[in-house]
Amino acid sequence: MRKIRFVKDITARHIMLGIAIFTILFLLVIGFSLFFKALPIMKEKNLWLLLTSANWKPFKGDFGFLPYIISTIYVSLIAIIIALPFSILTSIFLNSYASRSIRRFFEPVVDLLSGIPPVIYGVWGTLTIVPLISSKIAPKFVDFSTGYTVLAGGIVLAIMIIPLLISIMTEVFRSIPREMTDASLSMGATKWQTIKKVILRKSFPGIIAATVLALSRAFGETMAVLMVCGNIAQIPHSFFDACYPLPALIANNYGEMLSMPNYESALMLAAFLLFIIVILFNGLSRFTLNQIEKKYQFS
Amino acid sequence: MKYLEEKIFKIIMIGAAVIIMGVLIYIIGTVFYKGLPSLTWEMITRIPGGGFYLGKEGGVLNAIAGSVFIVAGALVISLIISVPLVMYINFYLPNKSFFANAIRFSLDILFGVPSIVYGAFGFALMVYMGIKASLMGGIITVAMLIMPIMMRSLDEVTRLLSRDLPDALLSLGSTKYEMTKVLLRQLMPGLTTAVLLAIGRVIGDAATVLFTTGYTDNIPSSFGQPAATLPLSIFFQLGSPVEEVQNRAYASAIILTVIILILSFSARYFSSKFSKNKI
Repeated sequence: MRKIRFVKDITARHIMLGIAIFTILFLLVIGFSLFFKALPIMKEKNLWLLLTSANWKPFKGDFGFLPYIISTIYVSLIAIIIALPFSILTSIFLNSYASRSIRRFFEPVVDLLSGIPPVIYGVWGTLTIVPLISSKIAPKFVDFSTGYTVLAGGIVLAIMIIPLLISIMTEVFRSIPREMTDASLSMGATKWQTIKKVILRKSFPGIIAATVLALSRAFGETMAVLMVCGNIAQIPHSFFDACYPLPALIANNYGEMLSMPNYESALMLAAFLLFIIVILFNGLSRFTLNQIEKKYQFS
Repeated sequence: MKYLEEKIFKIIMIGAAVIIMGVLIYIIGTVFYKGLPSLTWEMITRIPGGGFYLGKEGGVLNAIAGSVFIVAGALVISLIISVPLVMYINFYLPNKSFFANAIRFSLDILFGVPSIVYGAFGFALMVYMGIKASLMGGIITVAMLIMPIMMRSLDEVTRLLSRDLPDALLSLGSTKYEMTKVLLRQLMPGLTTAVLLAIGRVIGDAATVLFTTGYTDNIPSSFGQPAATLPLSIFFQLGSPVEEVQNRAYASAIILTVIILILSFSARYFSSKFSKNKI
């Protein structure tokens, strides 16, 4: 009787260890399989040329990723620039000014914003942001715009990354020792002065890490951006041009790619690029955030 | 002077918070405003009839059923894998073990991998295994997406558990496996929250199922058949030039939004229940 108990324990332990190892290896599995799928096109063409050419004609075998890469960067940067001030201000407010009841009231707001599916954001974007841009904002700057633009993608994306930024930043601000802010306040500094000189300065690495994390989230966002940004393979020259980010490229062309040589491989290369960049950004920022959390636990 | 600055910034901050809340209300409001007129019982109780995409009769039951099947299947797979894993890193490995932290770190990174990349990987995997776009492919791909989400939230609630109970169990001579079984019961509310959160995150995701599940107007009856999903159904209906079909896309968006709202609030309810248990 006794033996069975221990056999069970040991078996369970080994199965669990197996799962644990599998989880760590899973990242490598994804990376390698995407890499091998992308290999045919990298063998045929110079990788650097692929990344810097703006010529995308799958029928002729030309695969230049530059328009897609630049579109992705533009859209994500606009999103960050819009989202960052809102998130910093809101998380400072929640951390230093808001009463407990306001904070508890705001939690579900952030939850819901991060829970709303990308498709819904896309629907909302096409209903409100796109017409707003084409009828109100764009005419002030350019002659004509459909509204399906870099700017529309950026705005929708900004709203989608705000909850992520707020939830990480409130964590970062909370990790600042209370003695520090108390010391500043007791010297006669106002709350805002304390925030400016103590909290923001102290949490600067955390804010950067949160930003990088949000940026990597923005890079990979597919459906919502696809629905509002126009999807024309060109290098956008202004905020009011249509653009075509990498995830949208993958999503839009999956059905037809099997009929053309190298097309699948090219799309897999796009997925691989996305994967590598996101992993790098994620790894760096998570590492920084973990470091901050550790310091907080021991101090 | 400094008090003036204080006041100004306080107003700006409150403004930012109010704008964020306003945007949330605006989004939900827009969807309801546009979709409510076309939302009928027929939408949720019928599959698309003939000429559905030209504005004729029918509903999106195919998509609702497909989404439910896929998420349910993915949930089963990911529960089988994530519960043992979280138990392992919390109860079997020593406190602050390097291995446990390495697993947590890779989970964090897996969590950040975009769903479109999971979709592409899932597709490559299916080609390799010879599976066509089907319910099965969707379940596998969505399971990959759901796992890191569930493991992380489960890990978080497990870490909050006090160390007294495990110590008491071990000192009574139970094996770690028996201890885990008892603790798992203690963690039930936390597990429920984790599951609800994970469902909420993946039920609206379109990029993973886009090429792994295909699309169909029927309710799938086996794992090998393609299946429709709610987000894709919204996306395809919205792409139609016919106005009635577009309106139905908004109505479908309401269905999806309501599902998300219910999931989010019940997750909140269960997690508050959990924190009451904790005392």
